[in-house]
Amino acid sequence: MSAPIYNFAYLDEQTKRMIRRAILKAVAIPGYQVPFASREMPMPYGWGTGGVQVTAAILGPDDVLKVIDQGADDTTNAVSIRKFFVKTAGVRTTTRTRDATVIQTRHRIPETALAAHQIIVFQVPIPEPLRFLEPRDTETRRMHALADYGIMHVKLYEDIARHGHIATSYAYPVKVDGRYVMDPSPTPKFDNPKMSDCPALQLFGAGREKRIYAIPPWTRVVSLDFEDHPFERYRFDATCALCGATDSFLDEVVTDDRGGRMFVCSDTDYCERRRADGEAA
Amino acid sequence: MSTRHDEEPLLIADGLTKWYGRNLGCRDVSFALYEGEVMAVVGESGSGKSTLLQLLAMQIEATAGRVHYRMRDGATRDLALLGEAERRFLARTDWGYVHQDPTLGLRMTVSGGANVGERLMAVGWRHYGRIRAAATDWLDRVEIDPSRMDEAPLVYSGGMRQRLQIARNLVSAPRLVFMDEPTGGLDVSVQARLLDLLRGLVADLRLSAVVVTHDLAVARLLSHRIMVMRGGEVIETGLTDQVLDDPREAYTQLLVASILPP
Repeated sequence: MSAPIYNFAYLDEQTKRMIRRAILKAVAIPGYQVPFASREMPMPYGWGTGGVQVTAAILGPDDVLKVIDQGADDTTNAVSIRKFFVKTAGVRTTTRTRDATVIQTRHRIPETALAAHQIIVFQVPIPEPLRFLEPRDTETRRMHALADYGIMHVKLYEDIARHGHIATSYAYPVKVDGRYVMDPSPTPKFDNPKMSDCPALQLFGAGREKRIYAIPPWTRVVSLDFEDHPFERYRFDATCALCGATDSFLDEVVTDDRGGRMFVCSDTDYCERRRADGEAA
Repeated sequence: MSTRHDEEPLLIADGLTKWYGRNLGCRDVSFALYEGEVMAVVGESGSGKSTLLQLLAMQIEATAGRVHYRMRDGATRDLALLGEAERRFLARTDWGYVHQDPTLGLRMTVSGGANVGERLMAVGWRHYGRIRAAATDWLDRVEIDPSRMDEAPLVYSGGMRQRLQIARNLVSAPRLVFMDEPTGGLDVSVQARLLDLLRGLVADLRLSAVVVTHDLAVARLLSHRIMVMRGGEVIETGLTDQVLDDPREAYTQLLVASILPP
């Protein structure tokens, strides 16, 4: 039995060219959603088919790939996508943020600051930030074209009216380069500031919705807010139970059925490095 | 209220014609509307009133004819030549559009306050406290209890929805409001209160308005001038009292005669 022979990184070269053209256009128009001919991938929608296609299109044999899911390298989604590229592209993989050249992510940006030689690829379920209030795609495209974004603040207004503060905690809308309003994928708003003036290229792929968008390096990304209710990052007011970090984004882990819980870093690599460094010291 | 004829008209319709394929929407409608003037368009169903209103508000494209509008900077411009961004800006700052069915003019799932505040946010207001204060003020003016401003219009009564729609339109201090059967579908006592409210607002704010209605009582209460349409064409125009008290056309006479005596 021999394994089926795939082209490098699964997709055929013509498809990769098509995706690369979409990526180039996305980079040229920061925050704009570029339609592309999304392919069927050997995994279900919602598992990152958009991100996988973008990664497949940019991956080279020398790249080192890191895949995270909610910050973790060891959850199902991350493990299976990593395996997928090991099998179809034979690239080296890593869990170390610093060593990776391509990072595919679901819903987090690593705590370790990204560098200029890196590309981060986001898996996006719903690329359209305006859909909450305007379900018609024909209309939202017009609104983007005309920079007609008042409706975004209606959403934030509703948050404050209901909760007393802007309660949107993930997929928090941003304005890219002073022009397009963009959904940063369901990353926690804690990560929004990391997107601004980031030295790494940030690519976003939505497979089911067939859209690619991008934030080029060193691009200003501003989280929308009100003058009297400015954007605020949010993290649990706790320290990581494993590494003691006070500055990282935390996951709440329920440990029993009597209200027991602990907070740990959502970025497993960051947490492990800190513990390793702590023990060495 | 008298119109000031030394001024330029606010809105000029010139030979407006709309064909839906082989069916006529309306034909060769021309008029001028001055600032502070309210014009009623009356006629039976299918007479072309709503088509005319949509043509004026640039919601549909005319087969022939033009609409000119005097912008806030004083320049009178052909609306068909405006860019879409300009047209949208005009439509939500200088204009209002009150639909017969408030669900068309409101965002039913967001709160009343946000409905009123939307226009302000669209033109760049970014201070929550001030947006909320403006919304509260307008809800109060249309007699909606501000304690209900955080509820969605889904839980409002029909009359409240219609008043909310009016507040949502007037918050940007428009100069011209289009109303399509503003009291349709409301019961008589609610209609009466709404008309009272509208009449007060129109007079206080010196609004110009084009009101489409099949209800001659609405026309009499709100409008200065009246335009009677039938089969897509204007058959009679004049001052409201004059047309209603002394109708010239047989059809208008029929319309007036068909009002039940109180």
